[in-house]
Order: sequence, then structure tokens, then C-alpha cells
Amino acid sequence: MNYGYFPGCSQTSSAKEYDLSLRKVFEKLGFGLEELCDWSCCGATSAHATNHKLSNALALRNIVLAGKQGIKNMVAPCAACYNRLITSQHEISMHPERKNETEELLSEKIPADVKVINVLELFFKIGLAKISENRKRDLNGIKAACYYGCLLVRPMNINNFDDAEQPTSMEMIAEAAGATTIDWNYKLECCGAAHSIVRKDIVLNLSKKIIDDAVLNGANVIITACPMCHTNLDMRQRAMKRKYPEHLMIPVLYITELVGLAMGMNVKDLGIDLHYVNFNYDEYIAEKLIA
Amino acid sequence: MDKEKWEPKIAAFVCNWCTYTGADLAGTSRIKYPSNTKLIRVMCSGSVDPVFILKAFERGADGVLVSGCHPNDCHYNAGNFHARRRWDFFHKLLDFIGIEKERLQFSWISASEGKKFADVISKITKDIKSLGPFKAYKQMNSEFTVNFPEYNESSNSINKELQ
Amino acid sequence: MKIGVFICHCGENISRTVDCPKVAEVCRNFPGVEYSTNYKYMCSDPGQKLIKDAVLENKLDAIVVGSCSPHMHERTFRNAAISAGINPFLVEIANLREQCSWVHDDVEEATQKAIELVRMALEKVKRDKPLTKIKVNVTKRILVIGGGIAGIQAALDVANAGYEVILVEKEPSIGGHMSQLSETFPTLDCSQCILTPRMVEVYQHPKIKLFTYSEVVKVEGFIGNFKATIKKKARHIIDDRCSGCGLCMENCPIKKKAYNSFEENLAFRPAIYTPFPQAVPNIPVIDETICTHYKNGKCGMCVKVCDREAIDFDQEDTMFVADIGAIIVATGFKLYNIEKKSSGSIYKGYGEYGYGKYRDVIDGLQFERIASASGPTSGEIKRPSDGKVPKKIVFIQCVGSRDESKGISYCSKICCMYTAKHAMLYKHKVHDGEAYVFYMDIRAGGKMYEEFVRRAIEEDNVKYIRGRVSRIYEEKGKYIVKGEDTIAGMPVVVDADMVVLASAMIPHDNAPLLARTIGIPYDKYGFYNEAHPKLRPVESTTSGVFLAGACQSPRDIPDTVSMASAAASKAIILFSSDQLEREPVVAKVNEDICQGCFYCKKVCPFGAIEVKDIKDINGIVFKEVAYINQGVCKGCGTCTATCLSKSIELAGFNNEEIFAQIAAL
Repeated sequence: MNYGYFPGCSQTSSAKEYDLSLRKVFEKLGFGLEELCDWSCCGATSAHATNHKLSNALALRNIVLAGKQGIKNMVAPCAACYNRLITSQHEISMHPERKNETEELLSEKIPADVKVINVLELFFKIGLAKISENRKRDLNGIKAACYYGCLLVRPMNINNFDDAEQPTSMEMIAEAAGATTIDWNYKLECCGAAHSIVRKDIVLNLSKKIIDDAVLNGANVIITACPMCHTNLDMRQRAMKRKYPEHLMIPVLYITELVGLAMGMNVKDLGIDLHYVNFNYDEYIAEKLIA
Repeated sequence: MDKEKWEPKIAAFVCNWCTYTGADLAGTSRIKYPSNTKLIRVMCSGSVDPVFILKAFERGADGVLVSGCHPNDCHYNAGNFHARRRWDFFHKLLDFIGIEKERLQFSWISASEGKKFADVISKITKDIKSLGPFKAYKQMNSEFTVNFPEYNESSNSINKELQ
Repeated sequence: MKIGVFICHCGENISRTVDCPKVAEVCRNFPGVEYSTNYKYMCSDPGQKLIKDAVLENKLDAIVVGSCSPHMHERTFRNAAISAGINPFLVEIANLREQCSWVHDDVEEATQKAIELVRMALEKVKRDKPLTKIKVNVTKRILVIGGGIAGIQAALDVANAGYEVILVEKEPSIGGHMSQLSETFPTLDCSQCILTPRMVEVYQHPKIKLFTYSEVVKVEGFIGNFKATIKKKARHIIDDRCSGCGLCMENCPIKKKAYNSFEENLAFRPAIYTPFPQAVPNIPVIDETICTHYKNGKCGMCVKVCDREAIDFDQEDTMFVADIGAIIVATGFKLYNIEKKSSGSIYKGYGEYGYGKYRDVIDGLQFERIASASGPTSGEIKRPSDGKVPKKIVFIQCVGSRDESKGISYCSKICCMYTAKHAMLYKHKVHDGEAYVFYMDIRAGGKMYEEFVRRAIEEDNVKYIRGRVSRIYEEKGKYIVKGEDTIAGMPVVVDADMVVLASAMIPHDNAPLLARTIGIPYDKYGFYNEAHPKLRPVESTTSGVFLAGACQSPRDIPDTVSMASAAASKAIILFSSDQLEREPVVAKVNEDICQGCFYCKKVCPFGAIEVKDIKDINGIVFKEVAYINQGVCKGCGTCTATCLSKSIELAGFNNEEIFAQIAAL
């Protein structure tokens, strides 16, 4: 079965490795990802903070395109895109007048049957058993702190696939891939998000707290499914080290990269070598292949 | 009958506890509504037999309203649920034999909804007026059904007196 | 049949838009009408006299009154009919005020409608049959389900009025949640001190039969004539031999296999136990699931120490049936379990508060036990995890309550008060401690309640923060409580030693099951529905079943006690006469044409329909028909519409009557 794929801006730039690993993993699992033709900005961050109408129109333009392309399930790997798309969809389903307004702006009818899903949902849709079946490598050495961030399992009542306050779906995927997961406290705390650009100091503090709690609870890898979170947790660690010399560097992987590793792919294939914090392959993974 | 002066005749089967009391409240609150609808009080909407509705159409009603308590509000716990199930089916049946769906309407009106009662009555009166007099049943009746002499007698005599 | 028509002007209320003399005039010519008149106030004494005189003078058989709604004066006119010697059910009311004069402006239109309404009533009254009120006998014994403060109060009130009471409690002891409490708001008097005497009074009362460790499994019958089947679970103790010495409990070697639910799982209990020392009756029970005897047949320590030979391992559950006339349901509540829930439940749980994960995050009842002098810490405030005295404690209100995203929209009513009490008790016991309360609103309606909360804030210096808590997690032995102060408009972080959650009151898990057993309605949470929210708050819609306490909605002790007394007095009113009279609007089966399909039995909301055998002269059953128990039937008529052979008729609303009304539309 094919799924639609809405990459979003990060996937083509700062989160290239997310895009890479996602495509590779799903190709290997036997599922096609059909990229949305002519996709545009989802309307997150700047748009929905400055012009609500515009942000809805941007998001729903992509839904219109998906409808035209015959896509029923569209995966949006970036948590911000995902959140923006489902929120817009929810908004027009609740407010017909806003739907009319947006349809007028787009000069198109907005289809109601395009379901936007995130990567975690996608793994659940294809079935966790599929991951375990394709395991080639033992990830026993990885103690993963699964970090959801603020957007991935929210807003409550619109996104119903996991508990908004105590999610466990990423842990289930990581465990299906053979990694050990830890119980920790900061899996939903704010990483600083888009302040990354203008207020590095804030982001540094917030992200440091997250990393510290993961380390305190025994993690050796942090797993995310959001490009923004990844940027803040991965890229800012050098600055953290400069500011707090005692800071322990900890690699941050995308969930797709973790699954890819379990399926026997290499660090280079998955783009893990592009991360700022080195993922010291030998340290975590005994080269034990599962028959 | 002159088309312009034609006024529809509407029968409303209402439950004693919610809708009838709601209708009383509409009165107490002096909310005006058209006078075409006359209420027949039953104890519970669950006791409204489809035969009543057919009878009403047969006796010249142009529209029928059935109204009871809101779900979970029934004085008898579950009567309105039975009613709802029965209506749903019967409504489809009427539709199937070619009676316009708007001729038979259902609603939930609680004892505190006087305004809603007036609105429902106004709406059904408007709907029935736009549909025009109900002749189909009379035609069918004359062709297929056996007359009940007793009721014919009484209603004929009444009709005569009124004229 | 001679019918009289009486049109009331209701002062000007009807006559302003309805031409009453004209209505009376037109109606005089309708077939069957012998007499027709109009009068200014038909419900007044002269008006009623007018009706009575007209009936006697014209030898009328039935009357139609065109007046206000039957809900107003039907009874008045029926009584007038009785005094004139007419059966009260041969009176029909045409509603000319609420449904005609008050809602129409046009005089001609309203007058025409009034005539038609009277005509419909006329056609109905012609077909009305004289009915007499139904009489049923009353068994003057009451069943009280639940032995908490509500059940205790209700049982004592009914028993003191001289009637027999059967009190059934599912736990080994009566007392309920009130016996677990430390002190009560707003007076801070000791809960057990005021409750225990009542418990003993129940036990010793000659009119009260107490069945603890028992459950009601079946209820049949109707008001005045219920039959309840009660299951007495096996205690494995022979009641009348046990002296309550407690030697068996002391010597039981199984000490730490089961939590004591009375201590809210903060302490252990042996396999043979009473929930608490003041238990009534003071007879232990054996927990089969952990007792060694039931595992391998060994041990028997309790048998050895019991010199009265009261232990009986082979005892089995027993059932018995009791005849009763009324039921008071007083099953109480439980607390919202704030652990993370499965997706099927309507309650979502508070995984983010870490209850169940962190031992020092506890709920209100657990804090009651910790604060109680008879509790696991003997009244010293200590953390369950390490026994240290918490120096900083956070109370969170509305955990579950008023939080629709977690499944509950209602207010649990008592949490504001008991949280203030908890904070106060803590400050009284730990003088240098800090107490924080996160609240949404303070709802302290009640005598001396607001003053009590003010006292906590002003005298005991409890810090109240208006806002919700988003997350609690453990860090280096402290519980980090992250919340928001919505008044200051900023986030708050408190590093507490202990957190107390004021979780919502919800009904017991098996409350809906019991409701179905008895046949009473309940809401989506499982709280039992009262017959009328304002005017019949202690009755259920099933006659003869009354409600008391928190099984109907969350309430505090004073409210519970007054509700219990109210329910008791309702039962006493019922018992004050030997026979019950009720309206004859009930369904009746024509046994000749009943086909015995029993669809009616399936739809009857009250279980009033039974199977009746029709026998020939040799006593051989040749037909089964439906039989409607007139005591149980409430006259909704759902069966009449369901009946395929049209063999059921609702007295006063039978098909013929309705058809006549339709014909006269």
C-alpha cells in the first residue's frame, strides 16, 4: 500500500537525514511513499502566528493537492506540519463558514477524506510486527529516552491516537525495534522550538533540562520524531558543552533512524553521520546480527 | 376549497410529561404560534402506535407531529427510545409508499422548552402549508381500505354540524 | 350518555381571545351534549357547585371542562365529579388556556380551535370507562442497601419509627467512607467519635437486621411488595460463636500478602481480618485468596487459637429471600482512580501526575488515613515511601472533577472543603511545614464553610494558588510540581515532599449493575437518577425505591444525613397505611386475543409484564398470555404500541379513545 508523503521544509534542509531514513526504512519494509506534487509551506510557526487565515489556506492547499492526487493517508513527518494540518482540518470541520472562506481563497473544494498522520501513526498503521520481523541487528545496548515534544501527540481530542499527557507509542516502536526504553519526566516538555533562531539562550536552557533528565534517568540516546526538536537537542549540545563544561553529550536519533539501524542499515545510509553529536556506532551496537 | 384560505390540519401526539408540559409552558410564557395543530395527549411517546398516525392521515390530517421527552429524560426510563426506534422505521416506510417525509415529524421537547415547542409547531405548520393539502391517502383510502362505519358516522355528523 | 360541557373564562385569561359563550353555544348542539354553559371561574367554589348542581339536575353521566391545563385543575374537577356522584375518570379537560387563548391572538381563530378542542374531549369522554383506583398491600419492612453513614441514618430513622429494617453492606463492617475519615469539616470533630455510637446503635437495634459481607443479587416485585434475594458471602466464621477477641488475627502467619483497603492500601492485613478495630459487627472474615488453608490445606493457626471453635473453613455463600415494601439505596461512592486508564474507559486518568508510580503522590482518602489517629502512622504525617515527615506538601484540587478532557464534567462538591481541612490538619501537626493548594475555584457553600477556608488561608497560612498543575515528576527525592498561577500569570514550580490529589467522587464500578438489578435509572457516570431534580430528590422513578447519599451525586456528610432522613421519612409515609392507592392508568391485557408473543415483555421498562398460563377445566395449560402486574405498571403504554394483536389497552388512553379524538380533529 502506498502512503502520501508531505515532506515540509525541514525535510529538505536541516532534517535531510530524517527524510532519507524515512524513505529508506519504508522502502525496505515494502511500502511506497508518494511525495505530494507541488507541496508548499504548511503554514506553521510564522504564518499561524501572524495571519490565521493564511495559515489555514496554506495548510489546506496541501490537502486539496492530496485530494487531487488521490491520496487518502498522508504522512507528515514534521510534528509542526502534522499539527498545523490536522488543526486546520479540524477547524474547518467545526466551522463551515471558515471552510467556505478558505475554499473561496483557494478557489478549490477541500476534500474531507484526506487523513494526515505522523510517523508514529504510520508505524502503527503498518504494524509493529512488521518492524520486529525485519530486525537484523540487536539494539540491546541502546537505552532510549523517547522525546515527543509539544506537538506530536496534540492537540488533545483532535489527535486521538495516543495519550496527550502520557504518550507511549514511540516507546512501543523503539521496543519493537529492539531498543530498551527508559521512563523519564521530560518527554513532553518544551525544547524552545522556533526560539532557536532568535533566542538561543532560552533554547539552550530548555533543551539542556531535557537532555539532563534523560541522562539522569539512564538514557544513552534520545529519540525524536520532530525536526525542530532534533535541531534544538542535537545542534545546541556543543553550545551547552561550552556553557556547562560538565555537560554530557548524548546522541539524538530520529525514530526512523533507530528503526533503520535495527533493520541492518548503516550510519551513512541513514544520514546519522550528518548529526552534530556523534553517534558512536560501536559504543551502542554490538555487531550482532539476528539471523 | 379556496387554495388561499386553505389551512392545514395537524395532529400532534405528545407525551404527558415533557411535551404537553412544554406546550403548557409556551402558553404560560404567552409565546404565539399558529393554531393549526391540535394536541392529543398520551402518557408516553412510546405508546404512540403507528396506527394512530395512519388514522390521523386517514381522518384528514395534513401533517402529524410526534413529540416526547429528550433521550434519557423519559418519565418511564426508556419509552422514548422504543418510540425513536419505531418512528425511524415507520418514517422510512411512509417514505417508501410515497408520503412526503415532512408530513410526519418528530421532536424531543422537554417540559422547560416552551419556546422550542412554539418553534416546532410554527415549523411544521409552515412545512405542511408549503406541501399543500394531503390528498394521496384519501385517494388510496377510497380505493383500497375498508371504511370504518362507526368513525365515518361520527365524523360525518360532526362535519355536518360544523358546516 | 348525557354529557355536560362547562367552559371557563378564567377571569379574562380565556375569554379575552376565546368567545366562551359562543363555544358553549356551539357545543350544546353536539351529539350527546345534554347541558352546556360557561362561567367566569369554573375552579372556584361557586364554579364547582355549578358543575355539581348541573350534574344532579340534568342527570349527567360525564363532563367536559374547557379550562386551563389538566396539569392544573384536573384533580379539582375530578373531585367535583366525585361529589356529584360521577366516576372521576369520566371527566375530560379541554385545554383552552395554555394551548389556545394564551398562544393565539385572533379571536375567531382561537374560538374555532377551542370548539375543536372541546369536540375532541367530547369524543374521548364518550368512550371513557369508569375506573377505580388500584389498591395494593404494603409489606412494612425496608431494605437499606449500603451501610455507610447514609444507610446507617436511614436504617435508624425507619427502625425508630417502629418498622423492620434489613441493612445490607458488602464490606465486612458497616461505617463506609466516614469511618475512614480523620476529622470532619468545618468543625474538626473526630469522625469515628461521632460515627461509632451510631454503628453500635444499628447493631443493637431490635428492629434492624444487619447483614454485612452480603450483597443484593435480585429484586423482584413492586412498591409495597418487593422480594429481594440477598447473598451472604461466606465469612468462614460462625457468627454467633465469635466473641471478637482478635486472637486469630494476631496469630495469622500471613501478614503481608494483602493491602488493607480500609487503610487505602497504606498498610497490610492478615488473611483473617476485620477492616478496623471498631468494626461492627466485630467478626472477622477469612480472605480465601491469600489464606494458606485454601492453598494447601495446612496452617489452621486460627482454628488452634480460637477456643470458641468459631472458624469454619467449609462455610459457603448462602442466599435468602426477604419480603420488603420499600428500598433505600445508599451505596455511596469511590474515588476516581488517577492512574493512566485504558482507552475504553470514559475516565482518562492522570498519568502526568504519577499516581501509582510515585508512592508519595496520594489521594484524599489516603491522606485521611495518614492524618487519622487510628491510621497506619498513628496520626503522624509521614511519607508512605520512607516515613519522613514532609516539610512541603502540595494539595491539588479538582483532580478529575470539572475536567471534561479527563471524563468528568461535574463538581465533586466536597474537595474544596476537605482540601482546606487537610492543609489545616497538616499545619497543625507539622508547624514548620509549608502547604500549597492548587485550586480552580473555591466552592465553599454551606454553614461555616467559607469561614473554614478563610481560616486555613489566614490563620494557618496555607498558600492557595489559583491554577492547574500540568505535571509532577520525581527529581532527587523531591516531587516537582509544575503548575500555573493564573492570578500572577506565571508558571510555578514547587519541589514538594508529598502531593495529595483531591480526586473526584465517582460511583462504584458495579453501581449500574445494581441499578439494573433494582430497576432504577442512572446517568452516564453511574449515579442514580432522582425522580425530579427539584421536587422529588430522594425518590427514584421506580416507586418504592428511594435514594440516599453519594450514590445519587457527590455530597458531604450533612447533606447525606439529611437525604437519608428524607428517604427514611418517605418510606415511613409509605408504611403509614396498610394499603396503597394509585392511579388506575395501567395497561391491561385482553387474554382472549393475546397471542403470547411477549414483545410487550421485552419493551416494558418496569418488568411489569409476566407470563400467565391459561388452563382448561382439567387444569392443563393450553395458552400462555401476557399478564400485567398492576402494582408495577406505571402506565406508559409502550406495550400497547408494541402489541401485534392489539390486545393490550392502557386504561384511560385506549385505542378507541385516541381514535375518537383523531376522528374529531
